[in-house]
Amino acid sequence: MNVIEKKYSAIDASCRVPLLVLFGVAAIWLIIGLALEIIASLVFHNPDWLANCPFLTYGRVLPAANDAILYGFVMPAALGVMLWIFARLSESELLLPLVPIVAGNIWAVGVLVGVVAILIGDSTGFTWLEFPRGGSVLIFAAFLLIAVSAMATFGARRERELQPSHWFLLASLFWFPWIYSTANLFLVAWPVRGVAQAVIDWWFSNNLLFVWLGLVGLGVAFYLLPKIAGRPLQSRYFALFAFWTFMLFAPWCGIPQGAPVPSWLPSASTVASFLTLIPLIGFAIVFGNTIRGVNVQCKGGPYCYAKFAMVVFFLSALMYIATGCPHCSGVVGMTWYMPAQTYLQIFGFVSIAICGAAYESLPGIMDFELPFRGFVRAQHWLFMFGLLLLVVPLAVCGISEGLKMQNPNIPFSEISHGTLNYLRVSSLGLFLLLLGALLFAINIFAMTAIWQTKLAKAFAATLLPYPETGEVKS
Amino acid sequence: MKTGFRVFLGAFIALGLSWCGFVLGPVLQLGTQGQTNVLNSSEIYPNQRPGNATLGLQVYRAYGCAACHTTQVGQDGVLCDVVLTSAGANPTAVNNLISSLKLTGLSKDEADAVSGRISAAGGKTETHIIPVGADISRHWGLRHSVAEDFLWDNPVQLGTIRVGPDLANEGLRHDESWELAHLYNPRSNVQNSIMPSYKSLFITGNTPSEDAKNLVAYLLSLRADVSLHDAPFTTAAAPAAAPQNAASQK
Repeated sequence: MNVIEKKYSAIDASCRVPLLVLFGVAAIWLIIGLALEIIASLVFHNPDWLANCPFLTYGRVLPAANDAILYGFVMPAALGVMLWIFARLSESELLLPLVPIVAGNIWAVGVLVGVVAILIGDSTGFTWLEFPRGGSVLIFAAFLLIAVSAMATFGARRERELQPSHWFLLASLFWFPWIYSTANLFLVAWPVRGVAQAVIDWWFSNNLLFVWLGLVGLGVAFYLLPKIAGRPLQSRYFALFAFWTFMLFAPWCGIPQGAPVPSWLPSASTVASFLTLIPLIGFAIVFGNTIRGVNVQCKGGPYCYAKFAMVVFFLSALMYIATGCPHCSGVVGMTWYMPAQTYLQIFGFVSIAICGAAYESLPGIMDFELPFRGFVRAQHWLFMFGLLLLVVPLAVCGISEGLKMQNPNIPFSEISHGTLNYLRVSSLGLFLLLLGALLFAINIFAMTAIWQTKLAKAFAATLLPYPETGEVKS
Repeated sequence: MKTGFRVFLGAFIALGLSWCGFVLGPVLQLGTQGQTNVLNSSEIYPNQRPGNATLGLQVYRAYGCAACHTTQVGQDGVLCDVVLTSAGANPTAVNNLISSLKLTGLSKDEADAVSGRISAAGGKTETHIIPVGADISRHWGLRHSVAEDFLWDNPVQLGTIRVGPDLANEGLRHDESWELAHLYNPRSNVQNSIMPSYKSLFITGNTPSEDAKNLVAYLLSLRADVSLHDAPFTTAAAPAAAPQNAASQK
């Protein structure tokens, strides 16, 4: 082991327990979330299923599933990856490692409280903000705790110059507490009056799903790509320009066209959507120049994950920006096209980037190889086919539904009945995603079990009066 | 960049700008909104929903109805119809003039020009405002939804996706027995409905629980049927609401 590897092995080891906690929480909630998502989609196979069970009615299970996946899986896993990236970039051990361990557990309880509350009918009724006070306070506190540990590690960095990955991840640490507290204060604690509620909810959803997930996913991908490709991001200045313009324009997207609000709000979103093309072009140039001519065998590993995540990011962002155009929004605005885009953003872009980073970090962190290395490539394939079967049918369904809605002579019941076949195919996509998630969880929990066994053995060895091997150390 | 401070400052400014625009702005503009006058009437709109309908909104929230239903109607624009109310002193001239003019489906400017010519000939006219658009033709509303329609609601659930039909004017379309039958078994009165059955809202057999009654009261209170300054339309000439107990929801 050379000096550099030794240095990083100590850094990685300092992340071990916090990351195991956060990844463990994430893996469990991903599986629960996808299972709930599948239960919700069962209603499209037989609407009378579960009719006598109010806890499992579609309107409760769907938000519970979405929140379990976003708050239960994406966020803790992203924060775990972020801690590791900060420690690596700082060339310092993770500071305050106990804090994220505690926070990870608080987080899991917060999500549990929130999901159970939705299922028993205690949802707040605001999209992506359904967790009532009990759950959201815990999540907020846990986020701040993890941010403290991340900032302490960031402050201890040896190389003062910031890396591009730093910009994105630091901004995301700042972004979430602001949007989450604003939304909870204005909508849940002291609700404002009338449709201002809806506007704030759209602002929050856009900032969470488009901006926050964008910052996190890009931050992770812009760490993985240069690390594995073995050369810095090409170029740093393009990345900086795209970063600033993304933060400036993207938070203004997301107000649907034709909403019953003063018309300057959707108009501002339309302008912002088109301006967001500027940072997207910037990111595309950076991505293209960084991976061009690099000879890395990706073999379904983390490099593949990062590249795939970036490509999906462009697709999903373009799908999203298109809805800012009043003409397109008039067709697809209230159809299955919108959930299709959200699924693409969550499962195709952020989840893939985070899982790639997790697979990249785990062998070093645990100091042994993944127990099931084949699962990495298998999960990638399962997610790709799962996304294909989930997103494409929903997007096509949304467009065809939207076009039919333009013609008032087609009865609505006929249109909604016509969506069923697409929705049934998308259940299959969810099922493939669940299989992929199981592979992720198996690797995480197998590694935890192996590590615990090792710990137990080492502990037992200290209890024995003589070393087991019989060799007496001098 | 050598310090994280600039990143935080940049993020603070960027997010702060959008916060001022999309949080503070709407709160100042809409958060102080009050009731308004119904056009050409002394009535005030909107009135607080009845008590059981207010409770019903909470049932609507708790069951996540907004996961499938929107409560907002859009429109593409308005057209004007010019209607002769009095032929005046010289009916023959006015009638000859009218027969040579197009009186329906006009833009506002065209309608003004037409009514100007008729009044120059001595006739008196009224201009009727007709909202148009796919939602309006589907009888989902008489006009597009406006901010006032949601003034008393908490939470405001506009909905984002139309898995089921829009409910902004559900109270104009159906009555209590239809709604209860629909909740109990959606396919009993809408053949192709993909809505799940809500039998759990009924106690034994098909006796509705309090929640079911409140929910129906809320649904029946959904009616945006008055003409407002923000969304004018002419009641008499507007397309009539779909007949009650329509066999299929359009």
